Amino acid sequence: MINDVASWLLDPAHWTGPDGVPARTWEHIWYSGVSLLIASLIAVPAGLLIGHTGRGRVVAVNLAGAARAVPSLGLLFIMVLFLGPRLSGDAASLWPSLIVLIVLAIPPILSGAYAGVEGVDPAARDAARGMGMTGWEVLSRVEVPCALPLIFSGLRSAALQVVATATIAAIVGIGGLGRLLIDGQAIRDFPQMVSGALLVAVLALLVDLALAGVQRYAVSPGLTGRTTTRGGGRAATDADGTTDADGIPAPGAVFAGEKELAVRREAGKTEPRHNS
Amino acid sequence: MIVFDGVTKRYPGGTVAVDNLSLVAPNGKITVLVGPSGCGKTTSLRMVNRMIRPTSGTITLDGRDTARMKESDLRRGMGYVIQHAGLFPHRTVLENIGTVPRLLGWDRRRTDARAHELMEQVGLDEVFASRYPSQLSGGQQQRVGVARALAADPPVLLMDEPFSAVDPVVREQLQDEFLRLQDELGKTILFVTHDIDEAIKLGDQIAVLRVGGVLAQLADPAYLLNHPVDDFVADFVGRDRGYRALSFQPTPRLPLRPERTLLIGETTQGVAQDWALVVDDANHPLGWVEPRRVTGEIRSEMLHRGGTVARASGPLRGALDAALSSPSRRGVIVDDSGSLVGTVQAHEVLNAIEEAARPEVADPTNPGAPAR
Amino acid sequence: MTWFLDHVQDVLDLAVQHVYLAGLPLVIGLLLALPLGWLARRYPGLYTPFTAGFGLLYTIPSLALFILLPGILGTRILDRSNVLVAMTVYTVALLVRTVADALGAVPDDVKQAATAMGFTRFRRFFAVELPLAVPVIAAGMRVAAVSNVSIVSVAAVIGIPQLGLLFTDGFARSFYDPIVVGLAACFVLALAFDLVILAVARLLTPWQRAGGAS
Repeated sequence: MINDVASWLLDPAHWTGPDGVPARTWEHIWYSGVSLLIASLIAVPAGLLIGHTGRGRVVAVNLAGAARAVPSLGLLFIMVLFLGPRLSGDAASLWPSLIVLIVLAIPPILSGAYAGVEGVDPAARDAARGMGMTGWEVLSRVEVPCALPLIFSGLRSAALQVVATATIAAIVGIGGLGRLLIDGQAIRDFPQMVSGALLVAVLALLVDLALAGVQRYAVSPGLTGRTTTRGGGRAATDADGTTDADGIPAPGAVFAGEKELAVRREAGKTEPRHNS
Repeated sequence: MIVFDGVTKRYPGGTVAVDNLSLVAPNGKITVLVGPSGCGKTTSLRMVNRMIRPTSGTITLDGRDTARMKESDLRRGMGYVIQHAGLFPHRTVLENIGTVPRLLGWDRRRTDARAHELMEQVGLDEVFASRYPSQLSGGQQQRVGVARALAADPPVLLMDEPFSAVDPVVREQLQDEFLRLQDELGKTILFVTHDIDEAIKLGDQIAVLRVGGVLAQLADPAYLLNHPVDDFVADFVGRDRGYRALSFQPTPRLPLRPERTLLIGETTQGVAQDWALVVDDANHPLGWVEPRRVTGEIRSEMLHRGGTVARASGPLRGALDAALSSPSRRGVIVDDSGSLVGTVQAHEVLNAIEEAARPEVADPTNPGAPAR
Repeated sequence: MTWFLDHVQDVLDLAVQHVYLAGLPLVIGLLLALPLGWLARRYPGLYTPFTAGFGLLYTIPSLALFILLPGILGTRILDRSNVLVAMTVYTVALLVRTVADALGAVPDDVKQAATAMGFTRFRRFFAVELPLAVPVIAAGMRVAAVSNVSIVSVAAVIGIPQLGLLFTDGFARSFYDPIVVGLAACFVLALAFDLVILAVARLLTPWQRAGGAS
C-alpha cells in the first residue's frame, strides 16, 4: 500500500499537465486563498469593530455559531442549484464552492478578531485614552497590535479548515486536489486517493507554517515572550480579561508561540461564550 | 491650578458617584484624594481629563473650562499614571515612554533623547530601554508608567493608585523617589489612593471623601491627624493617628546628653555602662555593644543594630522612635551630616511633645491651606 | 413543505442515523482525548507533539477518510463503522488540545492546595482538576459536536444513510426541498447537541451558577 502510494507520487506522469499535481495544487491554493481573503475582508473589520465598541457581540456570536452549524455539503449543493443557472462555465461551480469556504472561514476569523481586541489589557486601553489617543489611534496603535496573536490564531484555524474542505469543490465538478479523491474513487485507484489526501494534509501544514512565519514577523516580541533577555518580572498583561478566542483550537497550529499558547490557556479561564 | 466647582457625577439609574465637589488643587502641590472604595475618588480624578464627564459643575485648569477644551489636547497636556501602569505590551520601554511626544508630533530623535533622559530621572537603568513590559518587575513597570506620564513635560499629573499594586518595600522606595522627583519638578499633582498612610506621606493637602462622593475634610496632613472633623474622618485616619501626627512636628531643642563612644577594634575595659555606642572615624553611629559581654577587641559582627537613628532637625516621631527602639533606651540623635550629637530618653521626648502646641488652623476660612 | 410532510418518517429515520453517527464518536472521542490531554499536561515535552500531531488529523479531508478507511480497517465501503471511526478521529483531533489546555487552565494554587491536603495525583485529577476543567472541555465539545454534525453529512457521497443523503438526493434531482429540509434538520441537530452539552456542563458545575463569578 505504502509502496503503491510512493510509486504513484513519484510517477512523473502525475506531475504534468492540467490534471497533474502542480496544477491541482495551484487550483487548491487559489480557491483557499481567495476564500480566506474575502472572509478576512469581511470578518476582520467586523471583529475589530465589535471588540472596540463592545457592541453587536451577541449578534455576531450567534451568527458565527449558526454559520458553523451549516453543513458545507448541503450549502454547496443548494448554492450550485441556485447560482448555477445564473452563471456560466466554471463560475457556475466555482462561486458556490467559494461561498461555502467563505462561510466556513468567517466564524473563526471573526471570533479571533473580537476576542483579540476584547482581551487587550484594560489598563493599557485606559492609559491610551488617558494620554489623549483618539478612538482610531487607540484601535490602530494599541488594540490591533495587541490583538494580533489571536487574530492570527483565528486566521490559521480558518485556513486549516478551508484547505481541508476545499476538496469538496471537486464534487461539483471543478478542480483542486479533491479531484484526485473523486476521480480516484470513480476508478477505484486507491494510491491516487491516498496521495490526494496526503497532499491536502501537507498543503494545510505548509499554509499553517507560512502563516506562522508571517505571524512571527508581524507580532511584537513583547507579546510573544520571544525576547532575548529575560527579566525576573511577572507578565505585564494579566490575561484574565481575555475571552475565548474561538472554539476551534487551531487543529494544526503546530508552531504557535509559547505565549500564544499561554493566552489560549488563559482564555479558557473565562467561560467561553460562543454558541450556536 | 485645578479647580472643582460644584462637580457632581450621577449615573443613569441614580447612583451618585461624586456629590457637589468643590476643591482647589494648587499649582506645584500634591493634592491627595483619599477615601474608602465607593467614595468617588477615582471618578473625581477621571473627570479632570474627561475620561468621565461630569453631570454638572465645572472643572477648570488654570482658569480654562476643561469642558470647552478638545479632549485629546486636554489629555495630551496632562500626565496620567494608573494602578497597573497600563504599559503597552507590544512596545519597548523606550517606545512606551515616547508615546505622548510621538502623538504630539515630535521626531524620533528628540523623542528618544527625552525618553532616555526620563529613564535616568525615574531611576531606570539604560539596559531596560529595549526591553518589553513583560520583562519588568511591577516596580519597574510603575517607574516606566511615571516616566511615560512625564514625557511631554506636562504641568499636571493625574495619578490613580500608582503604587498600590507593588509590594510594601518597593512601594516605600517608589514613594520616596516620587517625592524627590516632585521636589525637582514641582508639578501640580492630583493623587488618588485608598491608603491613608500614603496620603499622609505624600500629600501637601489631603481631601478625605466619604461613600457617595461627599468631601468630608480638606486639610494638610498634620491638621488632618490632629483635628479630624468628624467620626468618619477620625476612624478613617486611624487609631494611631496621635503617634503618626508626630511626623509633622519638628523636633524642638531636646535635652541631649553626651554619649561615651567606642571605636571598632577598641576594648571595653573600664566602661561601666550596660550599653555603649560604637561609632566610626567620622563619628557616625554604628550600633550598640554590651561591654560586660565583650572580651577583647570590638568587632563589627558584635554590634546590636536594632535601634533607629533620628536627625535632630527631623520630626518628633523620629526622636521618639529612636528612643523606643534603642536597646539602651537612649535614642541616638545625629546632625544633618549623620554625625552623633547625643542621646535622648523617651520620657524626655514625651516632655517635649507635651510642651509643643498642636498645629492650629492658620486661616479658619480655608482649613486646607497647606502649611508644609 | 409538502415534500417534508410527505417524508417526515424518512427524515426522522435519517436524523436518528445522523445522531448515532455524530454522537457516539463524540463520546468515544472524549474518552480517548481525556487521557491523551492529561499526558500532554503531565509531561510538558508531549504537549506540542500531541496537540500538533492530533490536530493534524483534522486536516485530512473527510471524503478521503471515508473512502480510505475500508482499505485500512478491512471493512466494506458501506459499513457504518468507517464513519464512526472517521468521526472519532476528528473528535480526538479537536479535543486533545482542548483537554490539555483546560487542565492547564486550572489555577496552580488550587492544585497545590489539593496536593497539600494529601490528594494523590490520581484522586486530585478526578476530584479537583477534571471538575474545574469542565467548562472549557464543554466548550470544545460544543465545537466538536457542530463540526461532527456537518462532516457526517459528507458520508452521503459514499452512500451511508443519514441526513446528508437528502443533499445528494436533492442535488441529483435538482430539487431544492430535500436539501433545505436537510440543512434545517442538521441545524436543529447541531442546536440540540449544543443544548445537551450545555445542560450536562451546567449539571457538572453547580458552582458556576452560584453568583456568576468565574
